[in-house]
Amino acid sequence: MTIVISPRLRRRLKPSRILIYIILIAVAIFYLLPVYILVVTSLKSYAEVKLATMWSPASGFHLDSFRQAWFGDPAKGTLGLGHNFMNSVKLAIPATILSAMLGSLNGYVLSKWKFRGANVVFPAILFGMFIPYQSILIPLVQTLQTASRTTRPWLNSVATWHLPALLQWVPNLITTYMPAYGTIGGLVLVHIVYGIPITTLIFRNYYTGIPDELVEAGKIDGAGFGGIYRHILFPISMPAFVVVLIWQFQSIWNEFLFAVVLTNRAEVQPITVALNNLAGSFIVEWNVQMAGALLAALPTLLLFILLGRYFMRGLLAGSLKG
Amino acid sequence: MRRINTDRLIAFLFLSPSILAILIFVYGFIGWTAWASMLKWNDLIMIPKGSLFPKVPFAQLENYIRLLTADQRFQTDLRNTVVFTIAFIIGCLMLGLLLAILLDQGIKGEGFFRGVYLFPMAVSFIVTGVVWRWLLNPGNVSSGAVGINLLFEKLGVPFLKSAWYTNPEVVFIQPTSAAGKFLGEIGLNFLTTAKFGVPLAILSVVLAATWQMSGYTMAMYLAGLRSIPEELREAARVDGATEVQVYRHVVLPLLSPITLSAVIILGHISLKIFDLVSAMTGPGPAFATDVPAYYMFDTVFRGNHFARGAAIAIIMLLSVAVLVIPYLINNIRTEVTQ
Repeated sequence: MTIVISPRLRRRLKPSRILIYIILIAVAIFYLLPVYILVVTSLKSYAEVKLATMWSPASGFHLDSFRQAWFGDPAKGTLGLGHNFMNSVKLAIPATILSAMLGSLNGYVLSKWKFRGANVVFPAILFGMFIPYQSILIPLVQTLQTASRTTRPWLNSVATWHLPALLQWVPNLITTYMPAYGTIGGLVLVHIVYGIPITTLIFRNYYTGIPDELVEAGKIDGAGFGGIYRHILFPISMPAFVVVLIWQFQSIWNEFLFAVVLTNRAEVQPITVALNNLAGSFIVEWNVQMAGALLAALPTLLLFILLGRYFMRGLLAGSLKG
Repeated sequence: MRRINTDRLIAFLFLSPSILAILIFVYGFIGWTAWASMLKWNDLIMIPKGSLFPKVPFAQLENYIRLLTADQRFQTDLRNTVVFTIAFIIGCLMLGLLLAILLDQGIKGEGFFRGVYLFPMAVSFIVTGVVWRWLLNPGNVSSGAVGINLLFEKLGVPFLKSAWYTNPEVVFIQPTSAAGKFLGEIGLNFLTTAKFGVPLAILSVVLAATWQMSGYTMAMYLAGLRSIPEELREAARVDGATEVQVYRHVVLPLLSPITLSAVIILGHISLKIFDLVSAMTGPGPAFATDVPAYYMFDTVFRGNHFARGAAIAIIMLLSVAVLVIPYLINNIRTEVTQ
């Protein structure tokens, strides 16, 4: 019996094509090594975690490391990352939404309501995207510390308010989101301000692609600045919003420099700072560090897996080519 | 007409908070830092109420001169940044271009491969640092080989084992070698010192950074390749060009604007890299993995050397500006003329 190989299959099995696949797979293995070690280590039971067997697969589905990463270990006095994870949620969600809304309005003005000097203002805003934040860090800390000192007496009085049970959450909300040093609100403010360049850029490019005739038609129908935005541009802005929301969420979630400089207490620190502290600690085992790293990576990884397409667009917009 | 003018005013009013915020938080703060970098402010000194700066004498460029001529740590940092930037950019460009070209050959499962190469972009440099810190941990006497070294042992290639980011060695041109003697003869013997060498430890950080960012260049190159019309390549093939020549003479030249963008983006990331170093190695053996951003953080927030930190920050800003401003101006200009 002879084996018949179709010409198509033969072309597909050319040695050069096999080589291509070998290279692609080899590189893929290199990219997935850290994921493998993260997942395998996180799933091992305490008995299994040994550096000498770190590459062996886990025997089953154990959540010991996760539990310890999330809740901490009271016996050693280590705090869990669970609280910091929630801090990151409380930080990233409002900051992302607010900065997307601001970017949308800015982009609208800079594309459809160009004023004299707009061609200077736009690049001047854009430059803020590239600066090393070290060059604004010291005054930023001092400004927020001043804000903190100024508002502290008032915040202390807020805590003593007598409120009905239904409104008990109000003082807590105010202290959390007060834009000052060492609060989540301070970080929200900082991420909104330094997010202005990239969000404005993406929205401006998106709105520039929308024909001016649409805006003119709106003007003829008697719509003004707000009406045109609400009824014409905002309803078709979804694609740009998705890109900006994903981009901002992942940059704010992953951010470290502002977080480490502007928060000094574990109760308000985002997860990147807590994870960095965990990694520098000699009393926390490496499997717990791995589980912590997986926890910190999970939200943005899920976002990437579910909405990778839009993720890419944000990425390419970052290179000013959107 | 009147209506439209009111609307213009409203439009500007909506933009003005952002303009104001950028003016204060970017330009004002940079000016503040630049001023602080010229003060004798290297201790914790209270700033008087209602004032922006402490009452300390003006130091002119003293802080800069000290950093650039006398500060061993800062000079090590500059060397490290140059080595890091070059190795990181070359690594990302080569790997990204290779992957993009291979993926452009009508590959089965292209979407999967793309996803695998790109996902590291989605995670924090801190996560990357924590994981690679363990993967490239050389281990010690009691633990034996761990991480990648252990993997090399198991795969039967123990000679590949390395001290990774704990390696204190700095490779440089030896004055006694042929190249060193030549440099000595033409008066460039300062190049044959460790100051102009390659600290091996930092290459481990480059490896982790390349793992995280090469998918980005891959994506940019792939988008570029897809935008080249097939007819162009076909025409070259009709003219008798081999597949390699098609890439060499048709495709690669068309990709050069993308290479430029990628160099700018990667360059400005590497000039301000902080998170990865902080999570993975810290300053390292003999500051072999220290970078200006880390020194700035260390000296300001742990050492209270505000003026020195401000001077480092301004030097970082200038180096990024040299890279970015021409690119930004060029981009805006082409956009305006279009």
